[in-house]
Amino acid sequence: MDAQEGGAQARNTADAVARRSYGKLVAYLAARTRDVDAAEDALAEAFAAALSDWPRNGCPENPEAWLLTVARRKFLDALRNNRRTEPASDQLERMAEGLAAATDEREFPDQRLGLMFACAHPAIDVGIRAPLMLQAVLGLDAAKIASAFLVSPATMGQRLVRAKQKIRQAGIPLRIPEREELGDRLETVLDAIYAAFAEGWIDASGTDVARRELAEEAIYLCRLVTELLPGEPEAMGLLALMLYAESRRRARRDAQGEYVPMAEQRVEDWNASMIEEAESLLLRACSLEALGRYQLEGAIQSAHGSRRRTGRANWNEVVQLYDALLSYAHSPVVAINRALAIAELEGAQAGLDAIEGFVGDPRLVEYQPWWAARAELLVRTGRREEARHAYDIAIGLERDEPVRRFLDRRRSAIIS
Amino acid sequence: MQYLLTLYVDESIWPKMTREQQEQGGAAYMAYTEALKAAGALKNSNRLQPSASATTLRTTNGKTQVQDGPFADSKEQLAGYYLIDVPDLDAALTWARRCPAVGHGVVEVRAVWEMS
Repeated sequence: MDAQEGGAQARNTADAVARRSYGKLVAYLAARTRDVDAAEDALAEAFAAALSDWPRNGCPENPEAWLLTVARRKFLDALRNNRRTEPASDQLERMAEGLAAATDEREFPDQRLGLMFACAHPAIDVGIRAPLMLQAVLGLDAAKIASAFLVSPATMGQRLVRAKQKIRQAGIPLRIPEREELGDRLETVLDAIYAAFAEGWIDASGTDVARRELAEEAIYLCRLVTELLPGEPEAMGLLALMLYAESRRRARRDAQGEYVPMAEQRVEDWNASMIEEAESLLLRACSLEALGRYQLEGAIQSAHGSRRRTGRANWNEVVQLYDALLSYAHSPVVAINRALAIAELEGAQAGLDAIEGFVGDPRLVEYQPWWAARAELLVRTGRREEARHAYDIAIGLERDEPVRRFLDRRRSAIIS
Repeated sequence: MQYLLTLYVDESIWPKMTREQQEQGGAAYMAYTEALKAAGALKNSNRLQPSASATTLRTTNGKTQVQDGPFADSKEQLAGYYLIDVPDLDAALTWARRCPAVGHGVVEVRAVWEMS
Protein backbone atom coordinates (compact mmCIF):
# COMPACT_ATOMS: atom_id res chain seq x y z
CA MET A 1 0.00 0.00 0.00
CA ASP A 2 1.48 3.37 -0.91
CA ALA A 3 1.56 6.29 1.50
CA GLN A 4 -1.25 8.14 -0.15
CA GLU A 5 -3.55 5.15 -0.05
CA GLY A 6 -2.61 4.50 3.59
CA GLY A 7 -3.37 8.14 4.45
CA ALA A 8 -6.78 7.94 2.81
CA GLN A 9 -7.59 4.71 4.61
CA ALA A 10 -6.46 6.15 7.95
CA ARG A 11 -8.63 9.18 7.39
CA ASN A 12 -11.65 7.04 6.51
CA THR A 13 -11.20 4.88 9.59
CA ALA A 14 -10.75 7.95 11.79
CA ASP A 15 -13.89 9.54 10.31
CA ALA A 16 -15.87 6.38 10.89
CA VAL A 17 -14.68 6.12 14.50
CA ALA A 18 -15.40 9.81 15.07
CA ARG A 19 -18.93 9.33 13.80
CA ARG A 20 -19.49 6.15 15.80
CA SER A 21 -17.63 6.80 19.03
CA TYR A 22 -16.78 10.50 19.46
CA GLY A 23 -19.40 11.18 22.12
CA LYS A 24 -18.70 7.89 23.86
CA LEU A 25 -15.01 8.77 24.15
CA VAL A 26 -15.69 12.33 25.39
CA ALA A 27 -18.27 11.12 27.90
CA TYR A 28 -15.95 8.42 29.17
CA LEU A 29 -13.02 10.80 29.64
CA ALA A 30 -15.12 13.58 31.18
CA ALA A 31 -17.31 11.42 33.43
CA ARG A 32 -14.95 11.46 36.40
CA THR A 33 -13.51 14.93 36.11
CA ARG A 34 -16.54 16.77 34.65
CA ASP A 35 -13.94 18.48 32.47
CA VAL A 36 -15.58 18.31 29.03
CA ASP A 37 -13.14 20.81 27.56
CA ALA A 38 -10.06 18.81 28.55
CA ALA A 39 -11.71 15.61 27.29
CA GLU A 40 -12.41 17.21 23.91
CA ASP A 41 -8.86 18.55 23.66
CA ALA A 42 -7.33 15.18 24.55
CA LEU A 43 -9.50 13.45 22.00
CA ALA A 44 -8.61 15.97 19.30
CA GLU A 45 -4.93 15.30 20.00
CA ALA A 46 -5.54 11.56 19.85
CA PHE A 47 -7.24 11.89 16.46
CA ALA A 48 -4.32 14.01 15.21
CA ALA A 49 -1.88 11.35 16.45
CA ALA A 50 -3.92 8.67 14.68
CA LEU A 51 -3.73 10.51 11.38
CA SER A 52 0.05 10.59 11.58
CA ASP A 53 0.53 7.09 13.02
CA TRP A 54 -2.02 4.96 11.15
CA PRO A 55 -0.79 5.64 7.58
CA ARG A 56 2.70 4.47 8.63
CA ASN A 57 1.85 1.54 10.88
CA GLY A 58 -1.54 0.54 9.56
CA CYS A 59 -4.93 1.03 11.19
CA PRO A 60 -5.18 -0.73 14.55
CA GLU A 61 -7.52 -3.67 14.95
CA ASN A 62 -9.50 -1.80 17.59
CA PRO A 63 -9.27 1.90 16.68
CA GLU A 64 -11.46 2.99 19.62
CA ALA A 65 -9.14 1.35 22.15
CA TRP A 66 -6.13 2.90 20.41
CA LEU A 67 -7.68 6.37 20.53
CA LEU A 68 -8.80 5.92 24.12
CA THR A 69 -5.31 4.91 25.25
CA VAL A 70 -3.71 7.95 23.60
CA ALA A 71 -6.49 10.33 24.68
CA ARG A 72 -6.30 9.12 28.26
CA ARG A 73 -2.56 9.76 28.38
CA LYS A 74 -2.97 13.25 26.90
CA PHE A 75 -5.88 13.91 29.23
CA LEU A 76 -3.95 13.00 32.37
CA ASP A 77 -0.90 14.96 31.18
CA ALA A 78 -3.08 18.01 30.65
CA LEU A 79 -4.71 17.65 34.07
CA ARG A 80 -1.33 17.31 35.79
CA ASN A 81 0.08 20.32 33.98
CA ASN A 82 -2.96 22.49 34.22
CA ARG A 83 -3.35 24.48 37.41
CA ARG A 84 -6.79 25.76 36.51
CA THR A 85 -8.56 22.54 37.50
CA GLU A 86 -6.40 22.14 40.58
CA PRO A 87 -7.53 18.68 41.55
CA ALA A 88 -6.00 17.43 44.75
CA SER A 89 -3.16 15.04 43.96
CA ASP A 90 -4.86 12.04 45.56
CA GLN A 91 -7.96 12.80 43.51
CA LEU A 92 -5.80 12.89 40.38
CA GLU A 93 -4.29 9.53 41.27
CA ARG A 94 -7.74 8.03 41.76
CA MET A 95 -8.73 9.33 38.37
CA ALA A 96 -5.59 7.92 36.78
CA GLU A 97 -6.29 4.54 38.37
CA GLY A 98 -9.91 4.63 37.30
CA LEU A 99 -8.97 5.40 33.73
CA ALA A 100 -6.15 2.86 33.73
CA ALA A 101 -8.41 0.10 35.04
CA ALA A 102 -10.49 0.36 31.92
CA THR A 103 -7.52 0.12 29.56
CA ASP A 104 -7.84 -3.58 29.08
CA GLU A 105 -11.55 -3.55 28.46
CA ARG A 106 -12.32 -3.78 24.80
CA GLU A 107 -15.71 -2.34 25.49
CA PHE A 108 -15.80 0.81 27.57
CA PRO A 109 -19.09 1.94 29.13
CA ASP A 110 -21.38 4.22 27.15
CA GLN A 111 -21.86 7.34 29.28
CA ARG A 112 -23.21 9.56 26.54
CA LEU A 113 -26.59 9.82 28.21
CA GLY A 114 -24.95 11.14 31.38
CA LEU A 115 -23.14 13.70 29.23
CA MET A 116 -26.44 14.73 27.64
CA PHE A 117 -28.07 15.17 31.04
CA ALA A 118 -25.14 17.38 32.07
CA CYS A 119 -25.39 19.48 28.88
CA ALA A 120 -29.12 20.04 29.42
CA HIS A 121 -28.83 20.50 33.19
CA PRO A 122 -31.23 23.12 34.61
CA ALA A 123 -28.15 24.98 35.91
CA ILE A 124 -26.96 25.49 32.31
CA ASP A 125 -28.39 28.47 30.43
CA VAL A 126 -31.33 27.23 28.38
CA GLY A 127 -30.13 28.80 25.12
CA ILE A 128 -26.76 27.01 25.10
CA ARG A 129 -28.01 23.50 25.98
CA ALA A 130 -28.65 22.41 22.38
CA PRO A 131 -25.35 23.79 21.02
CA LEU A 132 -23.46 22.24 23.94
CA MET A 133 -24.98 18.84 23.29
CA LEU A 134 -24.18 19.06 19.58
CA GLN A 135 -20.57 19.84 20.37
CA ALA A 136 -19.89 17.53 23.30
CA VAL A 137 -21.82 14.47 22.12
CA LEU A 138 -21.41 14.76 18.35
CA GLY A 139 -18.21 16.75 18.02
CA LEU A 140 -19.67 19.51 15.83
CA ASP A 141 -17.32 22.49 15.78
CA ALA A 142 -18.34 25.87 17.15
CA ALA A 143 -18.26 27.57 13.74
CA LYS A 144 -20.71 25.10 12.25
CA ILE A 145 -23.05 25.31 15.23
CA ALA A 146 -22.80 29.11 15.12
CA SER A 147 -23.82 29.24 11.47
CA ALA A 148 -26.82 27.00 12.13
CA PHE A 149 -27.93 29.10 15.11
CA LEU A 150 -27.23 32.38 13.28
CA VAL A 151 -24.73 33.81 15.74
CA SER A 152 -21.09 34.73 15.23
CA PRO A 153 -18.58 31.90 15.69
CA ALA A 154 -16.72 33.95 18.33
CA THR A 155 -19.90 34.45 20.38
CA MET A 156 -20.87 30.79 20.10
CA GLY A 157 -17.34 29.72 21.02
CA GLN A 158 -17.36 31.88 24.14
CA ARG A 159 -20.77 30.68 25.24
CA LEU A 160 -19.75 27.04 24.79
CA VAL A 161 -16.57 27.58 26.79
CA ARG A 162 -18.56 29.25 29.58
CA ALA A 163 -21.05 26.39 29.71
CA LYS A 164 -18.28 23.79 29.93
CA GLN A 165 -16.62 25.85 32.65
CA LYS A 166 -19.89 25.81 34.55
CA ILE A 167 -20.12 22.00 34.37
CA ARG A 168 -16.62 21.69 35.80
CA GLN A 169 -16.68 24.49 38.38
CA ALA A 170 -20.19 23.92 39.68
CA GLY A 171 -19.69 20.17 39.77
CA ILE A 172 -22.56 19.18 37.48
CA PRO A 173 -22.54 15.38 37.39
CA LEU A 174 -22.40 13.42 34.13
CA ARG A 175 -24.96 10.84 35.02
CA ILE A 176 -28.56 9.80 34.66
CA PRO A 177 -30.66 11.45 37.39
CA GLU A 178 -32.47 9.55 40.10
CA ARG A 179 -35.87 8.12 39.25
CA GLU A 180 -37.87 10.84 41.06
CA GLU A 181 -36.14 13.58 39.08
CA LEU A 182 -35.86 11.73 35.80
CA GLY A 183 -39.11 13.02 34.29
CA ASP A 184 -38.29 16.71 34.65
CA ARG A 185 -34.66 16.27 33.71
CA LEU A 186 -35.46 14.19 30.64
CA GLU A 187 -37.79 16.97 29.52
CA THR A 188 -34.88 19.44 29.46
CA VAL A 189 -32.82 16.98 27.38
CA LEU A 190 -35.68 16.47 24.91
CA ASP A 191 -36.35 20.22 24.73
CA ALA A 192 -32.70 20.84 23.83
CA ILE A 193 -32.82 18.16 21.13
CA TYR A 194 -36.01 19.65 19.73
CA ALA A 195 -34.43 23.13 19.76
CA ALA A 196 -31.59 21.79 17.62
CA PHE A 197 -34.09 20.17 15.27
CA ALA A 198 -36.17 23.35 14.99
CA GLU A 199 -33.08 25.36 14.04
CA GLY A 200 -32.35 22.81 11.34
CA TRP A 201 -35.94 22.78 10.18
CA ILE A 202 -36.11 26.50 9.37
CA ASP A 203 -34.10 25.90 6.22
CA ALA A 204 -36.94 24.24 4.36
CA SER A 205 -35.09 23.87 1.08
CA GLY A 206 -32.25 22.04 2.70
CA THR A 207 -29.75 24.06 0.71
CA ASP A 208 -27.93 25.14 3.83
CA VAL A 209 -25.94 22.06 4.71
CA ALA A 210 -25.22 23.06 8.31
CA ARG A 211 -28.94 23.39 8.99
CA ARG A 212 -30.09 20.25 7.21
CA GLU A 213 -27.48 18.25 9.07
CA LEU A 214 -28.64 19.79 12.32
CA ALA A 215 -32.08 18.20 11.87
CA GLU A 216 -30.43 14.85 11.16
CA GLU A 217 -28.15 15.20 14.18
CA ALA A 218 -31.14 15.99 16.39
CA ILE A 219 -32.85 12.82 15.20
CA TYR A 220 -29.64 10.90 15.89
CA LEU A 221 -29.47 12.29 19.45
CA CYS A 222 -33.09 11.44 20.15
CA ARG A 223 -32.58 7.92 18.77
CA LEU A 224 -29.69 7.62 21.20
CA VAL A 225 -31.95 8.60 24.10
CA THR A 226 -34.59 6.05 23.12
CA GLU A 227 -31.90 3.35 22.85
CA LEU A 228 -30.03 4.15 26.07
CA LEU A 229 -33.15 4.93 28.08
CA PRO A 230 -35.81 2.61 26.70
CA GLY A 231 -39.36 2.79 27.98
CA GLU A 232 -39.58 6.61 28.06
CA PRO A 233 -42.71 7.49 26.06
CA GLU A 234 -41.89 11.17 25.67
CA ALA A 235 -38.53 10.39 24.06
CA MET A 236 -40.35 8.12 21.61
CA GLY A 237 -42.93 10.86 21.05
CA LEU A 238 -40.26 13.41 20.19
CA LEU A 239 -38.48 11.02 17.85
CA ALA A 240 -41.81 10.33 16.11
CA LEU A 241 -42.57 14.07 15.87
CA MET A 242 -39.22 14.80 14.24
CA LEU A 243 -39.48 11.84 11.87
CA TYR A 244 -42.93 13.02 10.68
CA ALA A 245 -41.55 16.50 10.01
CA GLU A 246 -38.42 15.16 8.35
CA SER A 247 -40.48 12.80 6.17
CA ARG A 248 -42.01 15.84 4.48
CA ARG A 249 -38.79 17.77 3.94
CA ARG A 250 -38.56 17.00 0.20
CA ALA A 251 -42.26 17.74 -0.35
CA ARG A 252 -41.89 21.26 1.05
CA ARG A 253 -40.36 22.42 -2.23
CA ASP A 254 -41.60 21.91 -5.80
CA ALA A 255 -39.34 21.25 -8.78
CA GLN A 256 -38.72 24.98 -9.15
CA GLY A 257 -37.70 25.31 -5.53
CA GLU A 258 -40.89 27.12 -4.53
CA TYR A 259 -42.45 26.59 -1.10
CA VAL A 260 -45.37 24.14 -0.91
CA PRO A 261 -47.65 24.33 2.16
CA MET A 262 -48.52 21.01 3.80
CA ALA A 263 -52.09 20.90 2.47
CA GLU A 264 -50.80 21.10 -1.11
CA GLN A 265 -47.88 18.68 -0.80
CA ARG A 266 -47.83 15.52 -2.91
CA VAL A 267 -48.12 12.64 -0.44
CA GLU A 268 -45.98 10.51 -2.78
CA ASP A 269 -43.13 12.86 -1.92
CA TRP A 270 -43.38 12.02 1.78
CA ASN A 271 -40.82 9.53 3.04
CA ALA A 272 -42.89 6.41 3.75
CA SER A 273 -40.33 4.54 5.84
CA MET A 274 -39.86 7.51 8.20
CA ILE A 275 -43.63 7.78 8.62
CA GLU A 276 -43.92 4.07 9.34
CA GLU A 277 -41.19 4.27 11.97
CA ALA A 278 -42.92 7.27 13.53
CA GLU A 279 -46.26 5.47 13.62
CA SER A 280 -44.82 2.44 15.37
CA LEU A 281 -42.96 4.66 17.86
CA LEU A 282 -46.19 6.45 18.75
CA LEU A 283 -48.01 3.15 19.22
CA ARG A 284 -45.29 1.89 21.55
CA ALA A 285 -45.25 5.19 23.47
CA CYS A 286 -49.03 5.10 23.78
CA SER A 287 -48.96 1.59 25.25
CA LEU A 288 -46.84 2.92 28.14
CA GLU A 289 -49.76 5.12 29.22
CA ALA A 290 -47.94 8.28 30.23
CA LEU A 291 -49.14 10.97 27.86
CA GLY A 292 -47.06 14.08 27.31
CA ARG A 293 -46.47 17.05 25.09
CA TYR A 294 -44.25 15.38 22.50
CA GLN A 295 -46.52 12.37 22.09
CA LEU A 296 -49.43 14.75 21.48
CA GLU A 297 -47.44 16.76 18.96
CA GLY A 298 -46.43 13.53 17.26
CA ALA A 299 -50.07 12.42 17.19
CA ILE A 300 -51.07 15.73 15.58
CA GLN A 301 -48.52 15.11 12.83
CA SER A 302 -49.92 11.62 12.43
CA ALA A 303 -53.45 13.00 12.05
CA HIS A 304 -52.21 15.48 9.44
CA GLY A 305 -50.57 12.60 7.66
CA SER A 306 -53.77 10.58 7.45
CA ARG A 307 -54.20 12.26 4.06
CA ARG A 308 -51.68 9.69 2.84
CA ARG A 309 -54.09 6.86 3.62
CA THR A 310 -57.56 8.41 3.42
CA GLY A 311 -57.04 11.29 1.02
CA ARG A 312 -57.81 13.93 3.61
CA ALA A 313 -56.40 15.18 6.91
CA ASN A 314 -58.36 14.25 10.02
CA TRP A 315 -59.15 17.77 11.23
CA ASN A 316 -61.52 16.60 13.92
CA GLU A 317 -58.74 14.60 15.54
CA VAL A 318 -56.25 17.43 15.02
CA VAL A 319 -58.47 19.88 16.92
CA GLN A 320 -59.03 17.41 19.76
CA LEU A 321 -55.30 16.80 20.06
CA TYR A 322 -54.58 20.53 20.11
CA ASP A 323 -57.16 20.90 22.90
CA ALA A 324 -55.25 18.29 24.89
CA LEU A 325 -51.90 19.90 24.04
CA LEU A 326 -53.12 23.29 25.30
CA SER A 327 -53.57 21.74 28.73
CA TYR A 328 -49.85 20.78 28.73
CA ALA A 329 -48.44 23.89 27.10
CA HIS A 330 -50.69 26.92 27.18
CA SER A 331 -48.71 28.77 24.57
CA PRO A 332 -49.93 31.15 21.87
CA VAL A 333 -48.04 29.01 19.34
CA VAL A 334 -50.24 26.02 20.13
CA ALA A 335 -53.33 28.26 20.09
CA ILE A 336 -52.50 29.52 16.59
CA ASN A 337 -52.14 26.02 15.17
CA ARG A 338 -55.34 24.97 16.90
CA ALA A 339 -57.16 27.94 15.37
CA LEU A 340 -56.02 26.92 11.88
CA ALA A 341 -57.39 23.43 12.47
CA ILE A 342 -60.68 24.83 13.80
CA ALA A 343 -60.92 26.95 10.64
CA GLU A 344 -60.75 23.77 8.53
CA LEU A 345 -63.52 22.22 10.57
CA GLU A 346 -65.88 25.11 11.33
CA GLY A 347 -64.85 27.89 8.99
CA ALA A 348 -62.40 30.78 9.03
CA GLN A 349 -64.47 32.95 11.38
CA ALA A 350 -64.41 30.25 14.06
CA GLY A 351 -60.64 30.12 13.63
CA LEU A 352 -60.32 33.88 14.04
CA ASP A 353 -62.56 33.81 17.10
CA ALA A 354 -60.28 31.21 18.68
CA ILE A 355 -57.26 33.55 18.54
CA GLU A 356 -59.08 36.83 19.16
CA GLY A 357 -57.63 36.93 22.69
CA PHE A 358 -54.07 37.09 21.34
CA VAL A 359 -54.54 40.20 19.19
CA GLY A 360 -52.01 42.74 20.44
CA ASP A 361 -50.07 40.17 22.47
CA PRO A 362 -46.51 41.56 22.61
CA ARG A 363 -45.05 38.03 22.42
CA LEU A 364 -46.47 37.65 18.91
CA VAL A 365 -45.42 40.96 17.37
CA GLU A 366 -42.34 39.40 15.76
CA TYR A 367 -43.71 35.88 15.37
CA GLN A 368 -44.11 35.26 11.64
CA PRO A 369 -46.55 32.29 11.85
CA TRP A 370 -48.98 34.44 13.84
CA TRP A 371 -49.21 37.05 11.07
CA ALA A 372 -49.30 34.45 8.29
CA ALA A 373 -52.06 32.47 10.03
CA ARG A 374 -54.06 35.59 10.74
CA ALA A 375 -53.66 36.84 7.17
CA GLU A 376 -54.91 33.52 5.80
CA LEU A 377 -57.99 33.52 8.02
CA LEU A 378 -58.73 37.20 7.33
CA VAL A 379 -58.67 36.57 3.57
CA ARG A 380 -61.16 33.76 3.92
CA THR A 381 -63.55 35.95 5.90
CA GLY A 382 -63.27 38.71 3.30
CA ARG A 383 -61.41 41.23 5.49
CA ARG A 384 -59.05 42.09 2.64
CA GLU A 385 -57.38 45.24 3.93
CA GLU A 386 -56.53 43.69 7.28
CA ALA A 387 -55.33 40.57 5.46
CA ARG A 388 -52.98 42.61 3.23
CA HIS A 389 -51.56 44.34 6.29
CA ALA A 390 -51.00 41.03 8.09
CA TYR A 391 -49.32 39.55 4.99
CA ASP A 392 -47.02 42.58 4.79
CA ILE A 393 -45.80 41.97 8.31
CA ALA A 394 -45.50 38.19 7.77
CA ILE A 395 -43.40 38.81 4.64
CA GLY A 396 -41.28 41.36 6.46
CA LEU A 397 -40.53 38.89 9.26
CA GLU A 398 -39.75 35.85 7.06
CA ARG A 399 -36.11 35.02 6.45
CA ASP A 400 -36.58 32.19 3.94
CA GLU A 401 -36.73 33.46 0.35
CA PRO A 402 -39.15 30.86 -1.15
CA VAL A 403 -41.54 31.25 1.79
CA ARG A 404 -41.43 35.01 1.27
CA ARG A 405 -42.35 34.54 -2.39
CA PHE A 406 -45.16 32.17 -1.39
CA LEU A 407 -46.62 34.71 1.03
CA ASP A 408 -46.26 37.40 -1.59
CA ARG A 409 -48.23 35.31 -4.11
CA ARG A 410 -50.95 34.80 -1.50
CA ARG A 411 -51.07 38.51 -0.86
CA SER A 412 -51.28 39.36 -4.57
CA ALA A 413 -54.11 36.87 -5.02
CA ILE A 414 -56.37 38.95 -2.77
CA ILE A 415 -59.00 40.43 -5.06
CA SER A 416 -59.34 44.10 -4.37
CA MET B 1 -17.23 18.78 46.75
CA GLN B 2 -18.00 21.59 49.14
CA TYR B 3 -20.79 24.00 48.36
CA LEU B 4 -21.75 27.25 50.04
CA LEU B 5 -25.46 27.87 50.23
CA THR B 6 -26.02 31.56 50.82
CA LEU B 7 -29.44 32.63 52.03
CA TYR B 8 -30.92 35.97 51.01
CA VAL B 9 -34.16 37.14 52.60
CA ASP B 10 -36.30 40.24 52.95
CA GLU B 11 -35.29 41.42 56.44
CA SER B 12 -38.38 43.56 56.92
CA ILE B 13 -40.55 40.45 57.28
CA TRP B 14 -39.00 38.90 60.39
CA PRO B 15 -39.76 41.80 62.83
CA LYS B 16 -43.38 41.87 61.64
CA MET B 17 -43.93 38.19 62.43
CA THR B 18 -45.71 37.14 65.61
CA ARG B 19 -43.65 35.45 68.30
CA GLU B 20 -45.26 32.17 67.43
CA GLN B 21 -44.42 32.57 63.74
CA GLN B 22 -40.82 33.41 64.62
CA GLU B 23 -40.59 30.28 66.75
CA GLN B 24 -41.96 28.19 63.91
CA GLY B 25 -39.50 29.77 61.50
CA GLY B 26 -36.59 29.13 63.83
CA ALA B 27 -37.68 25.53 64.35
CA ALA B 28 -37.72 24.92 60.58
CA TYR B 29 -34.09 26.05 60.32
CA MET B 30 -33.14 23.95 63.37
CA ALA B 31 -34.70 20.88 61.77
CA TYR B 32 -32.96 21.55 58.46
CA THR B 33 -29.61 21.92 60.20
CA GLU B 34 -30.18 18.70 62.13
CA ALA B 35 -31.03 16.83 58.93
CA LEU B 36 -27.81 18.08 57.29
CA LYS B 37 -25.81 16.97 60.35
CA ALA B 38 -27.46 13.55 60.44
CA ALA B 39 -26.59 13.02 56.77
CA GLY B 40 -22.98 13.96 57.47
CA ALA B 41 -23.21 16.77 54.93
CA LEU B 42 -22.86 19.82 57.19
CA LYS B 43 -19.46 21.49 57.49
CA ASN B 44 -20.57 24.75 59.03
CA SER B 45 -23.52 27.12 59.20
CA ASN B 46 -24.43 30.43 60.73
CA ARG B 47 -27.15 33.00 60.85
CA LEU B 48 -25.94 36.59 60.46
CA GLN B 49 -26.92 39.76 62.32
CA PRO B 50 -29.17 42.11 60.27
CA SER B 51 -27.50 43.79 57.29
CA ALA B 52 -27.85 47.20 58.95
CA SER B 53 -25.08 46.02 61.26
CA ALA B 54 -22.74 45.45 58.29
CA THR B 55 -19.67 47.57 57.61
CA THR B 56 -18.20 47.71 54.11
CA LEU B 57 -14.63 48.43 53.04
CA ARG B 58 -13.48 49.40 49.58
CA THR B 59 -10.55 51.29 48.11
CA THR B 60 -11.19 54.26 45.84
CA ASN B 61 -8.33 56.32 44.42
CA GLY B 62 -5.88 54.46 46.62
CA LYS B 63 -7.77 55.37 49.80
CA THR B 64 -9.58 52.71 51.79
CA GLN B 65 -13.07 53.79 52.70
CA VAL B 66 -14.97 52.31 55.61
CA GLN B 67 -18.70 52.65 55.23
CA ASP B 68 -21.71 51.82 57.30
CA GLY B 69 -24.12 49.36 55.68
CA PRO B 70 -24.10 46.26 53.49
CA PHE B 71 -22.34 45.85 50.11
CA ALA B 72 -25.49 45.47 48.02
CA ASP B 73 -28.49 47.71 48.48
CA SER B 74 -31.21 45.25 47.54
CA LYS B 75 -34.48 44.06 49.00
CA GLU B 76 -33.09 40.63 49.80
CA GLN B 77 -30.04 40.66 52.05
CA LEU B 78 -27.54 37.98 53.00
CA ALA B 79 -28.94 36.46 56.18
CA GLY B 80 -26.96 33.28 56.69
CA TYR B 81 -25.10 30.42 55.08
CA TYR B 82 -24.60 26.68 55.08
CA LEU B 83 -21.31 25.11 54.03
CA ILE B 84 -22.03 21.55 52.94
CA ASP B 85 -19.97 18.65 51.58
CA VAL B 86 -21.75 16.53 48.98
CA PRO B 87 -20.72 14.60 45.81
CA ASP B 88 -22.00 16.97 43.13
CA LEU B 89 -24.27 19.87 42.16
CA ASP B 90 -27.36 17.68 41.98
CA ALA B 91 -26.88 16.64 45.60
CA ALA B 92 -26.23 20.27 46.59
CA LEU B 93 -29.42 21.37 44.80
CA THR B 94 -31.40 18.63 46.54
CA TRP B 95 -30.30 20.07 49.90
CA ALA B 96 -30.84 23.65 48.75
CA ARG B 97 -34.44 22.86 47.78
CA ARG B 98 -35.12 21.68 51.32
CA CYS B 99 -33.79 24.89 52.87
CA PRO B 100 -36.59 26.91 54.53
CA ALA B 101 -35.21 30.10 52.94
CA VAL B 102 -36.41 28.92 49.51
CA GLY B 103 -39.95 29.48 50.82
CA HIS B 104 -39.43 33.14 51.77
CA GLY B 105 -36.25 34.24 50.01
CA VAL B 106 -33.47 33.19 47.66
CA VAL B 107 -30.78 30.54 48.02
CA GLU B 108 -27.62 30.70 45.95
CA VAL B 109 -25.54 27.55 45.51
CA ARG B 110 -21.83 27.90 44.77
CA ALA B 111 -19.04 25.38 44.65
CA VAL B 112 -16.02 26.07 46.80
CA TRP B 113 -12.72 26.54 44.94
CA GLU B 114 -10.80 23.54 46.16
CA MET B 115 -7.08 23.93 46.74
CA SER B 116 -4.71 21.04 46.30
